[in-house]
Amino acid sequence: MSAIEAASKPVLGHGLRLQWEPAQDAHVLLFPEGMVKLNGSAGAIMSRCDGVRSLGDIVADLELAYGATGLGPDVEAFVALAIGKRWLELRA
Amino acid sequence: MSDLPPVGHGLAAPSAAFAAAAPGRTPGPPLWLLLELTYRCPLHCVFCYNPTEFANTGAELSTDDWLRVLREARALGAVQLGLSGGEPLARDDLESIVAEARALGFYINLITSGIGLSEARIGALKRAGLDHIQLSFQDSSREMNDFLSSTRTFELKAQVAALIRQYDYPMVLNVVLHRHNIDHVGEILAMAERMGAQYVELANTQYYGWAWLNREQLLPSRAQLERAEEVTRAFRARVGNRMQVYFVVPDYFEVRPKACMSGLGSVFLAVAPDGTAMPCHAARMLPGLALPNVRTSPVREIWYESTAFNRFRGQGWMKEPCASCPERDTDFGGCRCQAYLLTGDADNADPVCDLSPHHHLVSEAVARAERAVAASAGQVQKLKFRDHRISIPVVTGDPVAGA
Ligand code: SF4
Ligand code: SF4
Repeated sequence: MSAIEAASKPVLGHGLRLQWEPAQDAHVLLFPEGMVKLNGSAGAIMSRCDGVRSLGDIVADLELAYGATGLGPDVEAFVALAIGKRWLELRA
Repeated sequence: MSDLPPVGHGLAAPSAAFAAAAPGRTPGPPLWLLLELTYRCPLHCVFCYNPTEFANTGAELSTDDWLRVLREARALGAVQLGLSGGEPLARDDLESIVAEARALGFYINLITSGIGLSEARIGALKRAGLDHIQLSFQDSSREMNDFLSSTRTFELKAQVAALIRQYDYPMVLNVVLHRHNIDHVGEILAMAERMGAQYVELANTQYYGWAWLNREQLLPSRAQLERAEEVTRAFRARVGNRMQVYFVVPDYFEVRPKACMSGLGSVFLAVAPDGTAMPCHAARMLPGLALPNVRTSPVREIWYESTAFNRFRGQGWMKEPCASCPERDTDFGGCRCQAYLLTGDADNADPVCDLSPHHHLVSEAVARAERAVAASAGQVQKLKFRDHRISIPVVTGDPVAGA
């Protein structure tokens, strides 16, 4: 897979739903006949992938929210993995 | 993170990776809710997993009852919802049930043969918030021959498939495989590709309910299975990412059992048309399991307190070789229904396991299948089609003698 550009806008894959489940204390990704319970960072990233914010925006937002820096490579790696699993798609 | 494999007609529902409650701890929520809305169905599948005595069960729940079950289960944390049957489209309140489920936050899967899915109904279901439709090709050789020869049923399915695409649903096809259609996997996949399917589940028959009665006629040979897997591999290599093909191997050919339902009472709750609550949709056959009913008990009480749902939680019920087996946290001793059907005791190891002293029951069934396939070259005979007019009690052991 080619490197994801900072300007590309990840969005949830077609037919998928992401929601916070209090009973599981986690974000859960729902898809046809299956679900994935996301860990904290995956949930934080995925819930920002709205097709409006760019990858760059998402990284900046996360760094602000978690008072951290240098999150770029981790976020990009997760987004790449999620695209591979078809959890996310890129919007140009 | 954990995945659940697909579930559908003829498939044994969520097994595998979902973390089960550790022994002694409070069980987690019933994440998976399966509502079998009706046993009514226009088809007569030889491998239907509905109980063979289904004609003797009570009246169907009312709309209000189903809505209450949805609310109660969602409050406990249920989130994946399967609507199946029978044929769920036979309920004319399906749209109201879907609307309520969506408002509650369920992800809603409709598991249907497609019969009765008109444009008006799919439109109404879409507006009500249905998330996903699994179109199943179920009817044994009759429908499959039809399908493969592009005749009547195929036309109908193709129309339904077109509607599913038109209404922007991901297209998931489920085809139940057995001795009489497994050699056509290549044609089945080609047809699925022409229909524009994104996911195809090639689900080998699991031997419960009607399929159990027909096991001696349905179990494929190992050579058939290997050919089908080879064809599937070649197809996957050709289509790449465009289509996802799941191939569910019949567990009779394995040496370890499936982690059925991640252990009974850990994530899965099924409700039968008459309101009977079950820790697995085949559990009705288990003797002495006093299954609670949603008409008389709240879902919370059923899930956390009922004897039936606690019966197979943890590992206290296990017998040897499971009780001291290092793999018991992985497969939970396999399927209770299979243990009961084959050995007559639901507490035994699933005889698919080659550590089970009853494993020969499985290997002998496979050996008979080898001989039968070699002898008959695929003639269909003596199949018991699911029928509302006949009701057959569950017989355990080896049905071979009387089959
Ligand atoms: S007869 Fe076939 S379509 Fe009907 S419920 Fe059984 S498996 Fe499903
Ligand atoms: S003996 Fe029981 S627990 Fe061990 S692998 Fe076999 S079925 Fe699983």
